[in-house]
Amino acid sequence: MAILQRKEPHSLISFRGFGSVTGLCLFILYVPMLVLVVFSFNANRAVTVWGGFSLQWYAKAAYNGGLQNAAWNSLVVAVIATIVATAIATAAALATGRGQRFRGSQAFYMLVNLPLMLPEIIIAVGTLSFFALLGMKLSLLTIIIAHTVFCIPFAYLPIRSRLETMDARLEEAASDLYASPLDAYRHVTMPLLMPGIISGAMLAFVVSLDDFIITAMVAGAGSGTLPVYVYTQLKQGVTPEINAISTVLLAVSIVLVAASYFVAKAGSKHVRPATEQP
Amino acid sequence: MPELIPAPEPKREKFPKSRLLLLPAVLVIGFFLVLPLVIIITYSFLVPATFGGVVWQFSTEAYTQFLFERDIFDETLAFNAAYLQIFLRSVMLAVSATVVSLIIGFPTAYFIATRPDRQKNLLIFLITLPFWTNLLIRTFCVLLILRDDGLVNSIAIGLGLYSTPVTYLYNDFAMGAGLVYSYLPFMILPLYANLERMDRRVVEAAYDLYATPRRVFTEVILPHARPGIVAGSLLVFIPSLGTFLVPDMLGGGGKLLIGNLIQLQFGSSRNWPFGAALAVILLAAILVVLMLAARRSRVPDTAERR
Repeated sequence: MAILQRKEPHSLISFRGFGSVTGLCLFILYVPMLVLVVFSFNANRAVTVWGGFSLQWYAKAAYNGGLQNAAWNSLVVAVIATIVATAIATAAALATGRGQRFRGSQAFYMLVNLPLMLPEIIIAVGTLSFFALLGMKLSLLTIIIAHTVFCIPFAYLPIRSRLETMDARLEEAASDLYASPLDAYRHVTMPLLMPGIISGAMLAFVVSLDDFIITAMVAGAGSGTLPVYVYTQLKQGVTPEINAISTVLLAVSIVLVAASYFVAKAGSKHVRPATEQP
Repeated sequence: MPELIPAPEPKREKFPKSRLLLLPAVLVIGFFLVLPLVIIITYSFLVPATFGGVVWQFSTEAYTQFLFERDIFDETLAFNAAYLQIFLRSVMLAVSATVVSLIIGFPTAYFIATRPDRQKNLLIFLITLPFWTNLLIRTFCVLLILRDDGLVNSIAIGLGLYSTPVTYLYNDFAMGAGLVYSYLPFMILPLYANLERMDRRVVEAAYDLYATPRRVFTEVILPHARPGIVAGSLLVFIPSLGTFLVPDMLGGGGKLLIGNLIQLQFGSSRNWPFGAALAVILLAAILVVLMLAARRSRVPDTAERR
């Protein structure tokens, strides 16, 4: 990559060899995924022997009933968990405002970040024990509840950082012009906050779509999501069809995350830097 | 802004109503995450039911089982290192993965932080992207690369390095590689955030004072990066310690780590209290590490004043 070798103006603070390590790092991160993508288009049944270009595995995957069911489950879970988690996160972000401290703020931030700090396996067995204790039957509902919890911090962070860069004077101006708090909220705060909310919702959706361990623990019979389906198939042997399904899942995540990134960025053009606030 | 007309003093409420908006988040996370943790701790002191689940009867058997084996005939306890070994192996692997990630991640984060803005944004986006993709599928990608007929063996045999495939999978090496691959972005992001804020003039000043590149690195850059190193190491170490997918897919059946040992107790072994006890032990280990890290992450005063 040219970007890694080009002589740059700040050569005094750079170290020799660091560019190569960066190249190695990107190589490590991307080559395994590229291999997967390439072999999903392989005409040969053997997973790692190239036999020409073919779309047959995608076609086969599209007509697979078990897969369709899992994809539907994934979609239902991700959509509901995203909507609920984003609503909860937006409310929390509005309450915490622009990062002021309040009584119990430290405890609140710790609580919101808890799903990110704990190893997934602990959350998984904890949630399973919880549902067992309540006598709840494992189903799509239990998956949705579990997903909502760990989606909250992912939705919360972009919304909160959006709020922090928003110009507080716009809301003050609205109330100076006799807007009721509700009107100021509806016509000023919400439209300004929207890019953060969309960005947060997209991240929550991706995280829900990608989760495996927690889902596998709290999924009842027939309610498995796509990753759970892929895992079960993998345990029976690696097939090119799995490569095709995995490639589609990778592509969905990458497109959504890229979109989320650009929504957040495009929105920030019209926002004053937070430093101008008193 | 000069205040021409004194604004009416905003009413100070002891507990502003807007704080009520926190309630849904607190309730949902409290009820569906904190409560389950309490349940796990409770379950670890109960007796396993035959078909999974628990019998409500106090017992410390689950913790005893971690270190000792009870003789089925005379009920005597004999020291059994098997579970302790699994736990120690998990710790060793997580530490190795953290160190390797730091060795690769630090130069990368530093390099990106010193790029012009456009390149910086693109590179950091490329580093972040794999984090958002499916962990199961990424682990599967490692499997594809390291298989007997995978990419590494094909290339090595093609180059004539050796003629029969080398087994890379189902050992500690494969698991370490899988962990580094999974969590490398977690190391780079906090390091980058830290190094990006570093004042370049301090580095330049050090050079002006005839410091060698090595001394600039060890005495100026490393002390500044310390909070970033601690944060990145934690973010790699914690998920590595509790990993389930890596030992399950890359370690083969024989190589258990604490993550899949816990899963096994809640799955086919049907010993929930023992699984819960293992989860509590894992949680305790993480708390200890977090507390140690909180102490270490402060930038030493001397470095600031010097």
